[in-house]
Amino acid sequence: MGDALSRKPYQRKVYWNAPTLTWWERVYLFEIMRGLGITGGVFLRNMWRWMTGRKGALTTYYPEETRADYAAGNRGKHILTQRPDGRPQCIACNMCATVCPAQVIEIDAAFDPEDTAHPKSPSRFEIDYSRCIFCGLCVEACPEDAIRMVKEVPELPSMDRDHMWLKMDELLTWKPQRDVAKPYPPKAGGSA
Amino acid sequence: MIQDLVVYAVFIGYAIGVLMTFGLLLTWVERKQAAVMSDRIGANRAYFRLPFTQVKLVWWGLFHGIADGVKMLLKEDFRPQPYDWYAYMVAPWVVFTPVLLVFAVIPFGGMLDPGRLFPSLADWFGGRTYPMQIARLDAGLLIVFAFGGMTIIGAMLAGWSSSNKFALLGALRAGSQMISYELVMGLTVLGLILIYGTVDLFDIVAQQSGRTGGLPAWGIVYQPFAATLFMAAAIAENKRIPFDLPEAESELISGYFTEYSAMKMGLFMFAEFIEIAIVAALFTTLFLGGYNLPFMTDAGIVFAGDLVLPMSHGAVVVTQLVVFLVKVLAVASFQILIRWSLPRFRYDQVLMFAWKFMLPLALVNLCVTAVLAWSNHG
Repeated sequence: MGDALSRKPYQRKVYWNAPTLTWWERVYLFEIMRGLGITGGVFLRNMWRWMTGRKGALTTYYPEETRADYAAGNRGKHILTQRPDGRPQCIACNMCATVCPAQVIEIDAAFDPEDTAHPKSPSRFEIDYSRCIFCGLCVEACPEDAIRMVKEVPELPSMDRDHMWLKMDELLTWKPQRDVAKPYPPKAGGSA
Repeated sequence: MIQDLVVYAVFIGYAIGVLMTFGLLLTWVERKQAAVMSDRIGANRAYFRLPFTQVKLVWWGLFHGIADGVKMLLKEDFRPQPYDWYAYMVAPWVVFTPVLLVFAVIPFGGMLDPGRLFPSLADWFGGRTYPMQIARLDAGLLIVFAFGGMTIIGAMLAGWSSSNKFALLGALRAGSQMISYELVMGLTVLGLILIYGTVDLFDIVAQQSGRTGGLPAWGIVYQPFAATLFMAAAIAENKRIPFDLPEAESELISGYFTEYSAMKMGLFMFAEFIEIAIVAALFTTLFLGGYNLPFMTDAGIVFAGDLVLPMSHGAVVVTQLVVFLVKVLAVASFQILIRWSLPRFRYDQVLMFAWKFMLPLALVNLCVTAVLAWSNHG
Protein backbone atom coordinates (compact mmCIF):
# COMPACT_ATOMS: atom_id res chain seq x y z
CA MET A 1 0.00 0.00 0.00
CA GLY A 2 2.85 2.31 0.79
CA ASP A 3 4.24 1.73 -2.69
CA ALA A 4 0.96 2.42 -4.40
CA LEU A 5 0.39 5.72 -2.67
CA SER A 6 3.96 6.99 -2.57
CA ARG A 7 4.32 10.40 -4.19
CA LYS A 8 7.49 9.73 -6.13
CA PRO A 9 7.67 11.75 -9.31
CA TYR A 10 6.69 9.85 -12.42
CA GLN A 11 9.65 8.26 -14.10
CA ARG A 12 9.33 7.82 -17.82
CA LYS A 13 10.35 4.32 -18.73
CA VAL A 14 13.51 4.18 -20.80
CA TYR A 15 13.50 1.56 -23.51
CA TRP A 16 16.71 0.00 -24.77
CA ASN A 17 15.63 0.74 -28.36
CA ALA A 18 14.05 4.12 -27.73
CA PRO A 19 14.17 6.18 -30.92
CA THR A 20 16.71 8.96 -30.84
CA LEU A 21 16.79 11.95 -33.11
CA THR A 22 19.95 13.61 -34.25
CA TRP A 23 19.93 17.40 -34.28
CA TRP A 24 19.61 17.23 -38.05
CA GLU A 25 16.36 15.31 -37.74
CA ARG A 26 15.26 17.49 -34.85
CA VAL A 27 15.36 20.60 -37.05
CA TYR A 28 12.68 18.80 -39.08
CA LEU A 29 12.90 21.15 -42.03
CA PHE A 30 15.58 19.10 -43.78
CA GLU A 31 13.73 15.88 -43.13
CA ILE A 32 10.59 17.47 -44.57
CA MET A 33 12.53 18.39 -47.67
CA ARG A 34 13.87 14.84 -47.92
CA GLY A 35 10.35 13.47 -47.61
CA LEU A 36 9.02 15.89 -50.20
CA GLY A 37 11.89 14.80 -52.44
CA ILE A 38 10.80 11.17 -52.11
CA THR A 39 7.12 11.79 -52.81
CA GLY A 40 7.89 14.32 -55.51
CA GLY A 41 10.31 11.86 -57.09
CA VAL A 42 7.64 9.18 -57.18
CA PHE A 43 5.26 11.72 -58.70
CA LEU A 44 7.73 12.68 -61.43
CA ARG A 45 8.60 9.05 -62.15
CA ASN A 46 4.97 8.02 -62.51
CA MET A 47 4.16 11.16 -64.47
CA TRP A 48 7.00 10.42 -66.88
CA ARG A 49 5.66 6.90 -67.36
CA TRP A 50 2.17 8.22 -68.12
CA MET A 51 3.51 10.82 -70.52
CA THR A 52 5.60 8.29 -72.44
CA GLY A 53 2.55 6.12 -72.99
CA ARG A 54 3.24 3.60 -70.27
CA LYS A 55 1.29 2.84 -67.14
CA GLY A 56 2.41 4.76 -64.08
CA ALA A 57 0.26 3.03 -61.51
CA LEU A 58 -0.02 -0.33 -59.82
CA THR A 59 -3.80 -0.26 -60.05
CA THR A 60 -5.56 -2.75 -62.27
CA TYR A 61 -8.16 -0.82 -64.16
CA TYR A 62 -10.99 -3.27 -63.42
CA PRO A 63 -13.19 -4.26 -65.23
CA GLU A 64 -11.51 -3.01 -68.41
CA GLU A 65 -8.34 -4.77 -67.28
CA THR A 66 -8.00 -7.97 -65.33
CA ARG A 67 -4.91 -9.06 -63.53
CA ALA A 68 -2.64 -11.42 -65.37
CA ASP A 69 -1.52 -13.06 -62.13
CA TYR A 70 -4.67 -14.82 -61.01
CA ALA A 71 -3.77 -17.97 -59.10
CA ALA A 72 -3.33 -21.06 -61.24
CA GLY A 73 -6.05 -22.82 -59.27
CA ASN A 74 -8.51 -19.96 -59.51
CA ARG A 75 -11.92 -21.00 -60.79
CA GLY A 76 -14.22 -18.05 -61.19
CA LYS A 77 -17.04 -19.11 -63.47
CA HIS A 78 -19.42 -22.01 -63.93
CA ILE A 79 -20.15 -23.60 -67.28
CA LEU A 80 -22.59 -26.29 -68.36
CA THR A 81 -21.13 -29.03 -70.54
CA GLN A 82 -22.97 -29.94 -73.68
CA ARG A 83 -24.05 -33.03 -75.58
CA PRO A 84 -22.84 -33.42 -79.17
CA ASP A 85 -26.03 -31.77 -80.38
CA GLY A 86 -25.42 -28.71 -78.21
CA ARG A 87 -28.05 -29.38 -75.59
CA PRO A 88 -26.90 -29.29 -71.96
CA GLN A 89 -25.62 -32.48 -70.41
CA CYS A 90 -27.56 -31.52 -67.28
CA ILE A 91 -30.45 -33.83 -66.30
CA ALA A 92 -32.00 -31.33 -63.86
CA CYS A 93 -31.54 -33.67 -60.90
CA ASN A 94 -31.09 -30.65 -58.58
CA MET A 95 -28.16 -32.24 -56.71
CA CYS A 96 -25.97 -29.18 -57.25
CA ALA A 97 -28.77 -26.89 -56.07
CA THR A 98 -29.21 -29.11 -53.02
CA VAL A 99 -25.56 -29.21 -52.04
CA CYS A 100 -24.93 -25.53 -52.72
CA PRO A 101 -24.16 -23.94 -49.32
CA ALA A 102 -25.09 -20.47 -50.56
CA GLN A 103 -28.26 -21.71 -52.29
CA VAL A 104 -27.60 -19.74 -55.42
CA ILE A 105 -28.52 -22.31 -58.10
CA GLU A 106 -32.04 -22.30 -59.45
CA ILE A 107 -33.16 -25.02 -61.85
CA ASP A 108 -36.47 -25.55 -63.61
CA ALA A 109 -36.82 -28.99 -65.22
CA ALA A 110 -38.33 -29.65 -68.64
CA PHE A 111 -39.70 -33.01 -69.85
CA ASP A 112 -39.18 -34.26 -73.38
CA PRO A 113 -40.80 -37.71 -74.02
CA GLU A 114 -39.29 -37.89 -77.51
CA ASP A 115 -35.71 -38.04 -76.15
CA THR A 116 -35.89 -41.43 -74.46
CA ALA A 117 -32.23 -41.42 -73.36
CA HIS A 118 -32.48 -38.05 -71.59
CA PRO A 119 -36.11 -37.15 -71.04
CA LYS A 120 -35.33 -34.63 -68.31
CA SER A 121 -33.35 -31.41 -68.98
CA PRO A 122 -33.22 -27.92 -67.50
CA SER A 123 -35.47 -25.30 -69.01
CA ARG A 124 -33.99 -22.71 -66.73
CA PHE A 125 -30.56 -22.88 -65.02
CA GLU A 126 -29.47 -19.72 -63.23
CA ILE A 127 -26.69 -18.93 -60.80
CA ASP A 128 -26.65 -15.83 -58.59
CA TYR A 129 -23.06 -14.61 -58.59
CA SER A 130 -23.74 -11.98 -55.97
CA ARG A 131 -24.01 -14.76 -53.41
CA CYS A 132 -21.92 -17.60 -54.91
CA ILE A 133 -18.90 -18.47 -52.74
CA PHE A 134 -17.06 -20.39 -55.49
CA CYS A 135 -16.61 -23.49 -53.30
CA GLY A 136 -16.97 -25.92 -56.22
CA LEU A 137 -19.30 -28.29 -54.34
CA CYS A 138 -21.76 -28.21 -57.24
CA VAL A 139 -19.07 -29.59 -59.52
CA GLU A 140 -18.33 -32.42 -57.09
CA ALA A 141 -22.01 -33.21 -56.57
CA CYS A 142 -22.88 -33.49 -60.23
CA PRO A 143 -23.35 -37.16 -61.30
CA GLU A 144 -23.28 -36.28 -64.99
CA ASP A 145 -20.20 -34.01 -65.21
CA ALA A 146 -22.68 -31.42 -66.42
CA ILE A 147 -21.36 -28.45 -64.44
CA ARG A 148 -17.74 -27.45 -64.27
CA MET A 149 -15.80 -24.39 -63.21
CA VAL A 150 -13.35 -22.63 -65.50
CA LYS A 151 -10.54 -20.16 -64.96
CA GLU A 152 -12.25 -17.11 -66.41
CA VAL A 153 -14.27 -14.66 -64.40
CA PRO A 154 -17.66 -13.54 -65.67
CA GLU A 155 -18.17 -9.88 -66.52
CA LEU A 156 -20.15 -9.01 -63.46
CA PRO A 157 -19.70 -5.26 -62.89
CA SER A 158 -22.81 -3.39 -63.95
CA MET A 159 -25.33 -0.89 -62.69
CA ASP A 160 -28.01 -3.56 -62.25
CA ARG A 161 -28.16 -6.23 -59.59
CA ASP A 162 -30.13 -8.59 -61.83
CA HIS A 163 -27.12 -8.67 -64.09
CA MET A 164 -25.36 -10.85 -61.54
CA TRP A 165 -27.63 -13.81 -62.35
CA LEU A 166 -25.91 -15.86 -65.03
CA LYS A 167 -28.52 -17.45 -67.28
CA MET A 168 -28.32 -20.64 -69.32
CA ASP A 169 -27.24 -18.93 -72.55
CA GLU A 170 -24.19 -17.56 -70.73
CA LEU A 171 -23.44 -20.90 -69.07
CA LEU A 172 -23.63 -22.80 -72.36
CA THR A 173 -20.90 -20.81 -74.11
CA TRP A 174 -18.12 -23.27 -73.27
CA LYS A 175 -16.80 -24.82 -76.49
CA PRO A 176 -13.32 -26.23 -75.78
CA GLN A 177 -11.38 -27.75 -78.62
CA ARG A 178 -9.22 -30.09 -76.58
CA ASP A 179 -9.37 -31.54 -73.08
CA VAL A 180 -6.78 -34.20 -72.33
CA ALA A 181 -8.55 -35.67 -69.33
CA LYS A 182 -11.96 -35.90 -70.92
CA PRO A 183 -12.26 -35.57 -74.65
CA TYR A 184 -15.07 -33.21 -75.40
CA PRO A 185 -17.53 -33.32 -76.98
CA PRO A 186 -17.84 -37.04 -76.28
CA LYS A 187 -17.71 -39.19 -79.38
CA ALA A 188 -21.16 -39.96 -80.71
CA GLY A 189 -22.09 -43.52 -79.78
CA GLY A 190 -19.59 -43.61 -76.91
CA SER A 191 -20.68 -44.12 -73.34
CA ALA A 192 -22.28 -40.87 -72.26
CA MET B 1 -15.23 57.16 -67.01
CA ILE B 2 -17.21 54.57 -68.93
CA GLN B 3 -13.87 53.22 -70.16
CA ASP B 4 -12.80 52.57 -66.57
CA LEU B 5 -16.04 50.73 -65.93
CA VAL B 6 -15.55 48.52 -68.98
CA VAL B 7 -11.94 47.70 -68.13
CA TYR B 8 -12.65 46.93 -64.50
CA ALA B 9 -15.70 44.85 -65.40
CA VAL B 10 -13.38 42.78 -67.59
CA PHE B 11 -10.82 42.53 -64.77
CA ILE B 12 -13.44 41.44 -62.24
CA GLY B 13 -14.86 38.89 -64.66
CA TYR B 14 -11.38 37.55 -65.33
CA ALA B 15 -10.52 37.36 -61.63
CA ILE B 16 -13.73 35.56 -60.68
CA GLY B 17 -13.37 33.24 -63.65
CA VAL B 18 -9.80 32.42 -62.68
CA LEU B 19 -10.70 31.79 -59.05
CA MET B 20 -13.69 29.59 -59.84
CA THR B 21 -11.68 27.66 -62.40
CA PHE B 22 -8.90 27.15 -59.91
CA GLY B 23 -11.40 26.06 -57.27
CA LEU B 24 -12.79 23.43 -59.62
CA LEU B 25 -9.48 22.48 -61.16
CA LEU B 26 -7.64 22.10 -57.87
CA THR B 27 -10.09 19.43 -56.68
CA TRP B 28 -9.05 17.48 -59.75
CA VAL B 29 -5.34 18.32 -59.37
CA GLU B 30 -5.45 17.26 -55.74
CA ARG B 31 -7.03 13.91 -56.54
CA LYS B 32 -4.85 13.16 -59.51
CA GLN B 33 -1.59 14.32 -57.96
CA ALA B 34 -2.25 12.33 -54.81
CA ALA B 35 -3.00 9.30 -56.95
CA VAL B 36 0.12 9.61 -59.09
CA MET B 37 2.23 10.19 -55.97
CA SER B 38 1.00 6.93 -54.50
CA ASP B 39 1.10 4.73 -57.61
CA ARG B 40 -2.63 4.93 -58.23
CA ILE B 41 -4.70 6.07 -61.20
CA GLY B 42 -7.10 8.41 -59.46
CA ALA B 43 -10.66 9.43 -60.09
CA ASN B 44 -11.52 8.81 -63.73
CA ARG B 45 -15.05 7.45 -63.92
CA ALA B 46 -17.10 10.61 -64.50
CA TYR B 47 -17.82 11.10 -68.17
CA PHE B 48 -19.87 13.05 -70.65
CA ARG B 49 -21.56 10.93 -73.28
CA LEU B 50 -21.92 12.65 -76.61
CA PRO B 51 -25.66 12.78 -77.31
CA PHE B 52 -27.03 9.98 -79.52
CA THR B 53 -23.68 8.15 -79.53
CA GLN B 54 -21.84 5.74 -77.29
CA VAL B 55 -18.76 8.00 -77.24
CA LYS B 56 -17.84 8.72 -73.63
CA LEU B 57 -15.55 11.65 -72.94
CA VAL B 58 -13.52 10.90 -69.84
CA TRP B 59 -10.67 13.40 -70.21
CA TRP B 60 -8.57 12.04 -67.35
CA GLY B 61 -11.39 12.49 -64.87
CA LEU B 62 -11.69 16.25 -65.35
CA PHE B 63 -15.47 16.02 -65.08
CA HIS B 64 -15.33 14.81 -61.49
CA GLY B 65 -15.26 18.42 -60.31
CA ILE B 66 -18.50 19.08 -62.18
CA ALA B 67 -19.99 15.87 -60.85
CA ASP B 68 -19.11 16.99 -57.32
CA GLY B 69 -20.72 20.36 -57.90
CA VAL B 70 -23.91 18.84 -59.28
CA LYS B 71 -24.05 16.41 -56.40
CA MET B 72 -23.66 19.14 -53.81
CA LEU B 73 -26.34 21.26 -55.46
CA LEU B 74 -28.82 18.40 -55.66
CA LYS B 75 -28.29 16.85 -52.24
CA GLU B 76 -30.78 17.34 -49.48
CA ASP B 77 -29.82 20.39 -47.44
CA PHE B 78 -30.11 18.64 -44.11
CA ARG B 79 -30.01 21.00 -41.13
CA PRO B 80 -29.81 20.30 -37.43
CA GLN B 81 -31.67 22.51 -34.98
CA PRO B 82 -28.93 25.13 -34.90
CA TYR B 83 -28.17 27.09 -31.77
CA ASP B 84 -28.31 30.33 -33.69
CA TRP B 85 -30.14 30.02 -36.99
CA TYR B 86 -28.86 33.26 -38.50
CA ALA B 87 -25.23 32.63 -37.63
CA TYR B 88 -25.54 29.08 -38.94
CA MET B 89 -26.86 30.25 -42.29
CA VAL B 90 -24.39 33.10 -42.74
CA ALA B 91 -21.22 31.29 -41.64
CA PRO B 92 -20.33 29.62 -44.99
CA TRP B 93 -20.57 32.96 -46.73
CA VAL B 94 -18.42 34.64 -44.09
CA VAL B 95 -15.76 32.03 -44.87
CA PHE B 96 -16.21 32.18 -48.61
CA THR B 97 -16.49 35.90 -49.37
CA PRO B 98 -13.26 37.23 -47.81
CA VAL B 99 -11.32 34.53 -49.64
CA LEU B 100 -12.56 35.99 -52.93
CA LEU B 101 -12.02 39.57 -51.78
CA VAL B 102 -8.34 38.96 -51.07
CA PHE B 103 -7.76 38.50 -54.77
CA ALA B 104 -8.93 42.05 -55.44
CA VAL B 105 -5.55 43.52 -54.54
CA ILE B 106 -3.36 40.84 -56.11
CA PRO B 107 -1.99 41.98 -59.49
CA PHE B 108 -2.28 39.37 -62.23
CA GLY B 109 -0.57 41.43 -64.94
CA GLY B 110 1.43 44.56 -65.54
CA MET B 111 0.34 47.96 -66.79
CA LEU B 112 -2.37 47.55 -69.42
CA ASP B 113 -2.70 50.13 -72.20
CA PRO B 114 -5.94 49.21 -73.98
CA GLY B 115 -5.30 51.87 -76.62
CA ARG B 116 -2.10 50.11 -77.73
CA LEU B 117 -3.74 46.72 -77.51
CA PHE B 118 -6.73 47.66 -79.69
CA PRO B 119 -5.59 50.53 -81.97
CA SER B 120 -9.17 51.05 -83.22
CA LEU B 121 -10.20 51.99 -79.68
CA ALA B 122 -7.16 54.21 -79.03
CA ASP B 123 -9.18 57.41 -79.34
CA TRP B 124 -11.87 56.20 -76.99
CA PHE B 125 -9.40 55.21 -74.29
CA GLY B 126 -7.32 58.33 -74.83
CA GLY B 127 -4.04 56.97 -73.49
CA ARG B 128 -5.39 55.72 -70.17
CA THR B 129 -3.43 52.86 -68.60
CA TYR B 130 -4.63 50.40 -66.00
CA PRO B 131 -2.65 48.15 -63.67
CA MET B 132 -4.02 44.64 -64.15
CA GLN B 133 -5.58 44.16 -60.75
CA ILE B 134 -9.05 44.90 -59.50
CA ALA B 135 -8.09 47.52 -56.94
CA ARG B 136 -4.67 49.11 -56.73
CA LEU B 137 -4.60 50.21 -53.12
CA ASP B 138 -1.74 51.75 -51.18
CA ALA B 139 -2.54 49.35 -48.36
CA GLY B 140 -2.59 46.25 -50.56
CA LEU B 141 -0.81 43.84 -48.26
CA LEU B 142 -2.73 45.12 -45.24
CA ILE B 143 -6.00 44.46 -47.07
CA VAL B 144 -4.83 40.90 -47.70
CA PHE B 145 -4.29 40.34 -44.00
CA ALA B 146 -7.47 42.14 -43.01
CA PHE B 147 -9.64 39.98 -45.24
CA GLY B 148 -7.60 36.86 -44.54
CA GLY B 149 -8.33 37.33 -40.85
CA MET B 150 -12.06 37.46 -41.46
CA THR B 151 -12.32 33.78 -42.35
CA ILE B 152 -11.67 33.00 -38.67
CA ILE B 153 -15.00 34.63 -37.87
CA GLY B 154 -16.79 32.34 -40.27
CA ALA B 155 -15.17 29.23 -38.84
CA MET B 156 -15.96 30.32 -35.29
CA LEU B 157 -19.56 31.18 -36.21
CA ALA B 158 -20.03 27.82 -37.90
CA GLY B 159 -18.72 25.87 -34.94
CA TRP B 160 -20.49 27.93 -32.34
CA SER B 161 -23.92 27.93 -33.95
CA SER B 162 -24.03 24.25 -34.92
CA SER B 163 -24.85 23.03 -31.39
CA ASN B 164 -22.48 20.13 -31.83
CA LYS B 165 -19.54 19.55 -29.54
CA PHE B 166 -17.27 18.36 -32.31
CA ALA B 167 -18.03 21.47 -34.31
CA LEU B 168 -17.38 23.64 -31.26
CA LEU B 169 -14.05 21.93 -30.57
CA GLY B 170 -13.08 22.34 -34.20
CA ALA B 171 -13.99 26.01 -34.11
CA LEU B 172 -11.92 26.56 -30.96
CA ARG B 173 -8.97 24.89 -32.59
CA ALA B 174 -9.48 26.86 -35.79
CA GLY B 175 -9.63 30.13 -33.89
CA SER B 176 -6.49 29.60 -31.82
CA GLN B 177 -4.53 28.13 -34.70
CA MET B 178 -5.44 30.75 -37.26
CA ILE B 179 -4.79 33.67 -34.93
CA SER B 180 -1.39 32.23 -33.99
CA TYR B 181 -0.29 31.67 -37.56
CA GLU B 182 -1.65 34.97 -38.79
CA LEU B 183 0.85 36.62 -36.47
CA VAL B 184 3.72 34.58 -37.91
CA MET B 185 2.55 35.32 -41.44
CA GLY B 186 2.48 39.03 -40.80
CA LEU B 187 5.93 39.02 -39.23
CA THR B 188 7.52 37.12 -42.10
CA VAL B 189 6.13 39.60 -44.59
CA LEU B 190 7.41 42.57 -42.56
CA GLY B 191 10.93 41.78 -43.73
CA LEU B 192 9.81 42.13 -47.33
CA ILE B 193 8.10 45.42 -46.56
CA LEU B 194 11.37 46.68 -45.11
CA ILE B 195 13.21 45.75 -48.28
CA TYR B 196 10.68 47.04 -50.79
CA GLY B 197 9.58 50.01 -48.73
CA THR B 198 5.93 49.65 -49.74
CA VAL B 199 2.86 47.52 -49.14
CA ASP B 200 1.42 48.21 -52.58
CA LEU B 201 1.50 44.78 -54.23
CA PHE B 202 1.78 46.20 -57.75
CA ASP B 203 4.84 48.16 -56.68
CA ILE B 204 6.33 45.11 -54.97
CA VAL B 205 6.04 43.07 -58.18
CA ALA B 206 7.48 45.88 -60.27
CA GLN B 207 10.52 46.02 -57.98
CA GLN B 208 11.06 42.28 -58.38
CA SER B 209 11.64 42.53 -62.12
CA GLY B 210 15.18 43.81 -61.61
CA ARG B 211 18.25 41.74 -60.87
CA THR B 212 20.48 41.24 -57.87
CA GLY B 213 23.83 39.64 -58.58
CA GLY B 214 23.12 37.09 -61.29
CA LEU B 215 19.70 36.24 -59.90
CA PRO B 216 16.31 37.82 -60.46
CA ALA B 217 15.45 40.23 -57.66
CA TRP B 218 12.71 38.01 -56.36
CA GLY B 219 11.56 38.06 -52.75
CA ILE B 220 12.66 34.46 -52.30
CA VAL B 221 16.24 35.47 -53.18
CA TYR B 222 16.27 38.27 -50.60
CA GLN B 223 14.30 36.37 -47.98
CA PRO B 224 14.53 32.59 -48.50
CA PHE B 225 14.00 31.99 -44.80
CA ALA B 226 10.92 34.19 -44.65
CA ALA B 227 9.56 32.44 -47.75
CA THR B 228 9.76 29.06 -46.00
CA LEU B 229 8.11 30.41 -42.86
CA PHE B 230 5.46 32.19 -44.90
CA MET B 231 4.62 29.01 -46.78
CA ALA B 232 4.30 27.00 -43.56
CA ALA B 233 2.19 29.68 -41.90
CA ALA B 234 0.00 30.03 -44.98
CA ILE B 235 -0.72 26.30 -45.06
CA ALA B 236 -1.55 26.43 -41.36
CA GLU B 237 -3.78 29.42 -42.05
CA ASN B 238 -5.56 27.39 -44.71
CA LYS B 239 -6.08 24.54 -42.21
CA ARG B 240 -4.66 21.82 -44.42
CA ILE B 241 -2.52 18.83 -43.51
CA PRO B 242 -0.12 18.91 -41.66
CA PHE B 243 -2.07 21.60 -39.80
CA ASP B 244 -5.63 20.35 -40.34
CA LEU B 245 -6.43 20.13 -36.65
CA PRO B 246 -9.71 22.09 -36.92
CA GLU B 247 -11.20 19.36 -39.09
CA ALA B 248 -9.14 16.36 -38.02
CA GLU B 249 -11.38 13.60 -39.37
CA SER B 250 -10.13 10.95 -37.01
CA GLU B 251 -10.83 13.10 -33.96
CA LEU B 252 -13.57 15.59 -34.79
CA ILE B 253 -15.56 13.99 -37.64
CA SER B 254 -15.28 17.09 -39.81
CA GLY B 255 -14.54 19.84 -37.33
CA TYR B 256 -16.39 23.11 -37.46
CA PHE B 257 -18.49 22.22 -40.51
CA THR B 258 -19.65 18.84 -39.22
CA GLU B 259 -23.29 19.92 -39.22
CA TYR B 260 -23.31 21.35 -42.73
CA SER B 261 -24.48 19.45 -45.75
CA ALA B 262 -25.08 19.96 -49.45
CA MET B 263 -23.95 23.25 -50.91
CA LYS B 264 -23.20 24.88 -47.55
CA MET B 265 -20.60 22.23 -46.92
CA GLY B 266 -19.58 22.67 -50.54
CA LEU B 267 -18.94 26.35 -49.88
CA PHE B 268 -16.52 25.48 -47.08
CA MET B 269 -14.69 23.03 -49.34
CA PHE B 270 -14.73 25.44 -52.26
CA ALA B 271 -13.36 28.21 -50.04
CA GLU B 272 -10.56 25.90 -48.97
CA PHE B 273 -9.60 25.10 -52.54
CA ILE B 274 -9.81 28.72 -53.65
CA GLU B 275 -7.67 29.63 -50.68
CA ILE B 276 -4.98 27.29 -51.98
CA ALA B 277 -4.97 29.36 -55.15
CA ILE B 278 -5.02 32.60 -53.13
CA VAL B 279 -2.07 31.50 -51.01
CA ALA B 280 -0.26 30.48 -54.17
CA ALA B 281 -1.03 33.83 -55.79
CA LEU B 282 0.16 35.69 -52.71
CA PHE B 283 3.35 33.64 -52.53
CA THR B 284 3.93 34.24 -56.22
CA THR B 285 3.37 37.97 -55.84
CA LEU B 286 5.53 38.40 -52.77
CA PHE B 287 8.34 35.94 -53.34
CA LEU B 288 8.36 34.67 -56.93
CA GLY B 289 8.34 37.85 -58.96
CA GLY B 290 4.60 37.97 -59.54
CA TYR B 291 3.39 37.94 -63.11
CA ASN B 292 6.81 38.57 -64.68
CA LEU B 293 9.28 36.16 -66.14
CA PRO B 294 12.74 36.53 -64.59
CA PHE B 295 14.35 39.81 -65.64
CA MET B 296 11.15 40.85 -67.42
CA THR B 297 9.55 44.28 -67.19
CA ASP B 298 6.59 45.84 -68.96
CA ALA B 299 8.97 46.88 -71.76
CA GLY B 300 10.46 43.46 -72.40
CA ILE B 301 13.15 41.16 -71.07
CA VAL B 302 16.26 42.90 -69.75
CA PHE B 303 19.41 40.81 -70.15
CA ALA B 304 22.72 41.42 -68.44
CA GLY B 305 24.46 44.61 -69.50
CA ASP B 306 21.21 46.51 -70.09
CA LEU B 307 20.52 44.53 -73.26
CA VAL B 308 16.78 44.78 -73.76
CA LEU B 309 14.72 42.34 -75.78
CA PRO B 310 11.73 44.53 -76.59
CA MET B 311 8.32 42.87 -76.77
CA SER B 312 5.10 44.21 -78.22
CA HIS B 313 2.47 45.27 -75.72
CA GLY B 314 0.15 42.42 -76.66
CA ALA B 315 2.91 39.85 -76.20
CA VAL B 316 3.81 41.32 -72.82
CA VAL B 317 0.21 41.22 -71.59
CA VAL B 318 -0.36 37.64 -72.74
CA THR B 319 2.98 36.50 -71.32
CA GLN B 320 2.24 38.11 -67.97
CA LEU B 321 -1.23 36.60 -67.69
CA VAL B 322 0.05 33.13 -68.61
CA VAL B 323 3.14 33.31 -66.41
CA PHE B 324 1.02 34.34 -63.43
CA LEU B 325 -1.34 31.39 -63.90
CA VAL B 326 1.53 28.95 -64.38
CA LYS B 327 3.32 30.16 -61.26
CA VAL B 328 0.12 29.98 -59.21
CA LEU B 329 -0.57 26.47 -60.43
CA ALA B 330 3.00 25.39 -59.64
CA VAL B 331 2.84 26.77 -56.08
CA ALA B 332 -0.61 25.23 -55.57
CA SER B 333 0.78 21.91 -56.76
CA PHE B 334 3.63 22.27 -54.27
CA GLN B 335 1.10 22.83 -51.49
CA ILE B 336 -0.71 19.66 -52.55
CA LEU B 337 2.62 17.82 -52.54
CA ILE B 338 3.10 18.91 -48.93
CA ARG B 339 -0.44 17.94 -48.03
CA TRP B 340 0.00 14.37 -49.28
CA SER B 341 3.49 13.89 -47.84
CA LEU B 342 3.42 14.97 -44.22
CA PRO B 343 1.61 13.51 -41.21
CA ARG B 344 -0.65 15.66 -39.07
CA PHE B 345 0.72 17.44 -36.02
CA ARG B 346 -0.71 16.90 -32.58
CA TYR B 347 -2.75 19.87 -31.36
CA ASP B 348 -0.30 21.03 -28.69
CA GLN B 349 2.53 20.66 -31.20
CA VAL B 350 0.75 22.98 -33.62
CA LEU B 351 0.50 25.83 -31.13
CA MET B 352 3.96 25.10 -29.72
CA PHE B 353 5.32 25.22 -33.26
CA ALA B 354 3.71 28.59 -33.86
CA TRP B 355 4.63 30.37 -30.63
CA LYS B 356 7.91 28.74 -29.59
CA PHE B 357 9.48 28.02 -32.97
CA MET B 358 8.13 30.06 -35.85
CA LEU B 359 7.43 33.29 -34.02
CA PRO B 360 10.99 33.62 -32.61
CA LEU B 361 12.44 32.67 -35.99
CA ALA B 362 10.27 35.24 -37.73
CA LEU B 363 11.37 37.87 -35.21
CA VAL B 364 15.04 36.98 -35.70
CA ASN B 365 14.54 37.16 -39.45
CA LEU B 366 12.91 40.55 -39.09
CA CYS B 367 15.72 41.88 -36.87
CA VAL B 368 18.47 40.67 -39.21
CA THR B 369 16.64 42.13 -42.19
CA ALA B 370 16.15 45.42 -40.40
CA VAL B 371 19.85 45.67 -39.51
CA LEU B 372 20.94 44.78 -43.03
CA ALA B 373 18.46 47.14 -44.66
CA TRP B 374 19.57 49.93 -42.31
CA SER B 375 23.26 49.34 -43.01
CA ASN B 376 22.64 49.23 -46.76
CA HIS B 377 20.61 52.40 -46.95
CA GLY B 378 22.69 54.28 -44.40
